[in-house]
Amino acid sequence: MAKLNMVEALNLALKEEMSRDERIILLGEDVGRLGGVFRVTDGLQALFGPNRVVDTPLAEAAIVGTALGLALGGFKPVPEIQFMGFLPAALDQIICHVSRYRNRSRGRYTLPMVIRLPYGAGIHAPEHHSESTEAILAHLPGLKVVIPSTPYDAKGLLVSALRDPDPVVFLEPKRIYRAVREEVPEGDYTIPLSTAKIVRAGDAVTVVAWGSMVREAVRAAELVAPEGIAAEVIDLRTIAPMDDETIVASIRKTGRGVIVHEACRTGGLAAEIMARIQEKAFLSLAAPLERVTGFDTIVPLLKLEDYYLPDPHRISRAIRKVVRF
Amino acid sequence: MNLAEYDPLRGRRVEVLDFTGNIIAPDVRPDDLSDDYLLDLYDRMVFLRVADQQALTLQRAGRMGTYAPTLGQEAANIGSAAVLQEGDWVVPSFREMGAMLLRGVPLQLIYMYWMGSEWGSHFPENVRVLPICAPVGTQTLHGVGLAWAAKLKGEQTVTLIYFGDGATSKGDFHEAMNFAGVFQTPCVFFCQNNQYSISVPRSTQTAAPTLAQKAIAYGFPGVMVDGNDILAVYAATKEAAAHARSGRGPVLIEAQTYRLGPHTTADDPSRYRSAEELKAQEPYEPLPRVRLYLEKKGLLTPAAETERWERYQTLVKEEAKKAEAAIPLRPDDIFDYHYATLPPYLAHQKDYLHRILASSGEGTDGQA
Repeated sequence: MAKLNMVEALNLALKEEMSRDERIILLGEDVGRLGGVFRVTDGLQALFGPNRVVDTPLAEAAIVGTALGLALGGFKPVPEIQFMGFLPAALDQIICHVSRYRNRSRGRYTLPMVIRLPYGAGIHAPEHHSESTEAILAHLPGLKVVIPSTPYDAKGLLVSALRDPDPVVFLEPKRIYRAVREEVPEGDYTIPLSTAKIVRAGDAVTVVAWGSMVREAVRAAELVAPEGIAAEVIDLRTIAPMDDETIVASIRKTGRGVIVHEACRTGGLAAEIMARIQEKAFLSLAAPLERVTGFDTIVPLLKLEDYYLPDPHRISRAIRKVVRF
Repeated sequence: MNLAEYDPLRGRRVEVLDFTGNIIAPDVRPDDLSDDYLLDLYDRMVFLRVADQQALTLQRAGRMGTYAPTLGQEAANIGSAAVLQEGDWVVPSFREMGAMLLRGVPLQLIYMYWMGSEWGSHFPENVRVLPICAPVGTQTLHGVGLAWAAKLKGEQTVTLIYFGDGATSKGDFHEAMNFAGVFQTPCVFFCQNNQYSISVPRSTQTAAPTLAQKAIAYGFPGVMVDGNDILAVYAATKEAAAHARSGRGPVLIEAQTYRLGPHTTADDPSRYRSAEELKAQEPYEPLPRVRLYLEKKGLLTPAAETERWERYQTLVKEEAKKAEAAIPLRPDDIFDYHYATLPPYLAHQKDYLHRILASSGEGTDGQA
């Protein structure tokens, strides 16, 4: 079995699904001839032609808005927004239309589409290229928001997203794109949306993370392991609709929790997860919940970027704090 | 007619029937638009006006929510949608009740929408009309996507995209025009320039002398038309649709009309336009000129005209009653159409609402 990085795994998922389902159309800036600025769509235009892998004019709202029309017209579009920092121009279409069409027409019109979106910091990118605003998307009724953290999951989740009857925003952690290689099988396998995964078992504390923060959380768990702290790390994988049952079941076992995200703290998803834990497992808690997040600041440019991002050291401090409470 | 003869930079617009009921450009009148067909289209304009008046009555009586009237824009509505063929799409804004009716959306559903039910946008399966769109101009992109889909599937269909003068200031409109030009999508951009975006006049939307000329920058034709002249609207849209259908790409039509009513029932136009201005516009409104023409041709008698209005007044009242009766007051509907499968947290919130209603003595079927 081939060892692939996340870029290659996503490329393989797109290639296989496009062969299987001719309704799938990729569109976006530089996705065709160039194969995407991160090469996720590399070689696909040569394989499927310029009508199925479309280089569009540079206009995010139009990429998403016309994709919506393509979906209404019987296609399964996969628009790419090149960086999450450029999402705001397309948010009007996502908020006002993509997330609402099924409901506003009482099921008469549905939108099977996957909006691909490289996101997050940690690759020393220029200004506006490191945003992590997933909480905005998770706040919107009618959307599904998926964030893989490994190549294997990326393929299985993208295939599920492409087969889903509802619109999915698929966030790809740029920092993981080429950072990890693992065995990724060719051919059919899927990972159901809205299922979290326990990536490291433990009984002392639950650590919840997603995207590029999963790797940091696992490293933090490794840091505290020699101290006799067995941290259970959960990769949420889909942030909306969220599999809070897996989180709550783990908290009932450990009684302690740390939630990690690179996005800003205020109004971040950690707050939502903490609220759900106290609603559903308050009496299981042995300590106040902790969160390790990006600061409530603009993501710094690359010279200060490392100060912003949660890392194993910060996460391990939070783990020790809740364990020693 | 030849679109190229109406270069908007030269200021010429399509006009066929003047406001006194005389045909001033017989060569522009399409061959298929016979006097009998014109009578049929007039009939539909009257129905639209009556349905529109009924909506205002319903709103004043508290039986309908805020409503956006079509008064004065009947020719732009009916003349444009009338050229469409089976399989064509209509992408409305929120002042296209006439076009929607013509393309098969039942009046009952349109009333249900404005009365406040999402079921009013659950159109019959065979109806190719998108739901009413409130965020100005955003729907233009959906229309381009639909037209693009038709092109990719090899369908010979056209998408007719409606919007107002205000929408031409929005980025989405420009992105839609640009994509349509680049991908040569078979669509017609139909601007109902009714001179006002709520209170803001057309002159404040753009420094350009016309809206039609905006097409030039995107590489396709734009044409101005007297939007209150149904023969001109029909002629221009028919030509534009043929242009798009034959693979020659999109066309922009600026239908110059005038909103005789308020923006919506929540608006007070006296705050931004004078009674004199409104009065001056009335002779140019779309219905009298057609009536005068048809009377001269002996196709319309005062008795038939009275009978038509009375019949439609009865009919729209019945549609309103049917609409009210058809709206299901099911709180479950709030939750059940967000995803194909109800997620657990929404099931929980739905159950919570059930328990709240039960504890307050109200059943969940909407009956107290």
